[in-house]
Amino acid sequence: MDRRRFLTLLGSAGLTATVATTGTAKAASTGTFPGYKDSYGVLHDTTRCIGCRKCEQACNEVNKLPAPKAKFDDLTVLEKTRRTDADSWTVVNRYNAAGLDHPVFRKQQCNHCLEPACASACFVKAFTKNPDGSVTYDGSLCVGCRYCMVACPFNVPAFQYAEAFDPLIQKCTMCHPRLAEGKLPGCVEICPKEALTFGRRKDLVRIAHDRIRQNPGRYIDHVYGEQEMGGTAWMYISGVPFSATGMNEELGTKSAPEYTAGALGAVPMVVGIWPILLTGAYAITKRKEKIAAEEQAEAVKQAVAASRAEADDKLKAALAKADKDKEAAVTREVKKAVDEARKTFEEELAAKEQPEAPEGDDAGKPGEDA
Amino acid sequence: MDQAIYTLHEFMLHTKNWTYILMGVTLLVYVGYWLFLTGRDEKIRKY
Amino acid sequence: MQHANTNKSLMTPGNIITGIILVMGLVLTVLRFTKGIGAVSNLDDNNPWGIWIGFDLLCGVALAAGGYVTSASCYLFGMKRYHSAVRPAITTAFLGYFFVVVALNYDLGHPLRLPYPLVYSQGTTSLLFEVGLCVATYLTVLFVEWSPAALEWLGLRKIRNVVVKLTLVLTIFGVVLSTLHQSSLGALFLIAPSKLHPLWYSSFLPVFFFISSMVAGLSMVIFEGSLAHKGMHHMMDETHLKEADGVVFGFGKAASFVLAGYFMIKVIDVTMDNDWHYLATGYGAWWLVEMLGFVALPSFLYALGVREKRIGVIRFASVLGVLGIVMNRFNVCLVAFNWQLPADQRYFPHWMEIGISVFIVTSIITVYRFIASRMPVLYEHPDYKDAH
Repeated sequence: MDRRRFLTLLGSAGLTATVATTGTAKAASTGTFPGYKDSYGVLHDTTRCIGCRKCEQACNEVNKLPAPKAKFDDLTVLEKTRRTDADSWTVVNRYNAAGLDHPVFRKQQCNHCLEPACASACFVKAFTKNPDGSVTYDGSLCVGCRYCMVACPFNVPAFQYAEAFDPLIQKCTMCHPRLAEGKLPGCVEICPKEALTFGRRKDLVRIAHDRIRQNPGRYIDHVYGEQEMGGTAWMYISGVPFSATGMNEELGTKSAPEYTAGALGAVPMVVGIWPILLTGAYAITKRKEKIAAEEQAEAVKQAVAASRAEADDKLKAALAKADKDKEAAVTREVKKAVDEARKTFEEELAAKEQPEAPEGDDAGKPGEDA
Repeated sequence: MDQAIYTLHEFMLHTKNWTYILMGVTLLVYVGYWLFLTGRDEKIRKY
Repeated sequence: MQHANTNKSLMTPGNIITGIILVMGLVLTVLRFTKGIGAVSNLDDNNPWGIWIGFDLLCGVALAAGGYVTSASCYLFGMKRYHSAVRPAITTAFLGYFFVVVALNYDLGHPLRLPYPLVYSQGTTSLLFEVGLCVATYLTVLFVEWSPAALEWLGLRKIRNVVVKLTLVLTIFGVVLSTLHQSSLGALFLIAPSKLHPLWYSSFLPVFFFISSMVAGLSMVIFEGSLAHKGMHHMMDETHLKEADGVVFGFGKAASFVLAGYFMIKVIDVTMDNDWHYLATGYGAWWLVEMLGFVALPSFLYALGVREKRIGVIRFASVLGVLGIVMNRFNVCLVAFNWQLPADQRYFPHWMEIGISVFIVTSIITVYRFIASRMPVLYEHPDYKDAH
């Protein structure tokens, strides 16, 4: 108890100093971000947890949550593995690990990630990673889309599905209001076995590794949450493999915002590039249509000119032929007329010469011949 | 900017805010610039 | 062609069924908004998104993609022979997106705060912000693109002519916005790699969703066209009827090739992530059903129909294409999501959730029938024959 109070005093004294902007964070374009270097966290040592559920009770009281169906000292509840829900912001579960003659207990609540998936996913900025390390939620902004629940790799946020008019997300706040008053989180304060240690995250990492090193064989050599999903403020050390206590060991060290950065980056590129390409396609199409129309017009023109020329030739030929025909007809007619005239003349001549003396047959005067 | 940026989340919030504004500006600029570029083209006749 | 025959009785079997569904929908709506989401759904803390997101939103948006695909083909890529298909596709798209927003209101805890991310507190780190902004903008673009049909019906010539001049810029914006939100719907799941089965999770989820949205659009235009031909034939003018077969063959050809491309990039993706060993599992078998039965098969059937000039085969392929998109969105959002949870914690929709989805789809169809039987969608208004 005393040590805890000491840490509390240390904590609250330092908290005010750290909230100020101590230096600029060097955000190299490829580098990592330092986070709030003096932010707090909690270390959960599952080898010390006895599953008494007092932390659940403290959480319920501190946050004025509705009383659950089963009382907090009812340990039959541990027969089933539970998750956090709208009225239970933290749960303790019992696990049977291989090779152990006793069960293992572990408390689950929001892990207060350094780069929270919920904050990254929320499209109204309802989540905030505070300088004190806690990740808190503002219900007055929440639209109730529940994307934060999809995003959280630890399945922590719960939703008030039974509430018709103002359903909100519910989750552990690391007792952010109590931290502001210099108090410990409710669960940490009440734990009788010191399974929960509150302090600056960077100190807790060191404490955790020290504890592992100083107790060889007692712990798995890994601090869960030191790097998972980019690091969490609430960390765990365990005597059994973490997967045996329902923790996902395949989460990797990449944080949620890093998973979405690529897709988010592509968005403005599409906006910048697509209109250029599409307008280009349109322009090319229009140009092709214009050329096709021009070629067609040209072809029509040529076809018209060709057929016109053909028609002209035909007309010329026809006219020439008509002229020739006319000439030939005229010639024929003239010849005919001359022949007729000649014949008439000869007949007249013969008739004339008949009554006088049939002396000589004048074949007729050699008249003008046509 | 005085405000320091501590987390990737803060960084992305800041850069994405400006990026979205730029996206809107880009679309408007494209429309305007295209009208400028094709302003003296032969009109497409639609009788 | 004749306009809606108001002398005919409204009590057709189709209208009666529609009426029953609409009444049921209204009852469920009252229940939803007086008793909360929990009272009408099986959503829970492990499964926050169900068929309202998986079907109404994801499938609704994908299947409304015919709008941007058809208008881009006709106005940007110069395929004038698809012109008669543009207005039906834009109408479907407009109604589709409009009712997506309606459906969304059922799923949100605070529907009245829907404008918050746009006007009050912009969470720009979120892909859901991007989806919301794009869908809102695109719905506006679609409304303007669609409005000439209504304006012609109302005889508002001057406004109509102004709007028609905007066609090019609206079409381009439409393609840009569609690319963004179709892909961003897929990108929503990038943030949860631990929850999505490796055969479906990929950094290229946005690309997969965008490419498959093109398939969805092409298939829906064909599918819807065949329904419209049966039910609304009397509203179609000569151009529409003449061009109809060309649309089916042309879109079928495009769909075949795009599906082939989609198949290849999925294969490449599984190879890059070294996930082939998953094929030997139950989920692997299901993945094969999706890829072989609803991607490869429709691709081949489309090709067969195009080669053999068999329109019936293409129509059947379009049904498979539509079902394939629905299956893919369901798989990503509901089946492959939370695949590691024990069976008793998995989600199955409540009948009331299904009821509300059916209500939404029926509403879309009903409004479409109203519009297409009165406004110049399936025919060109004689007073406004444009040179295009």
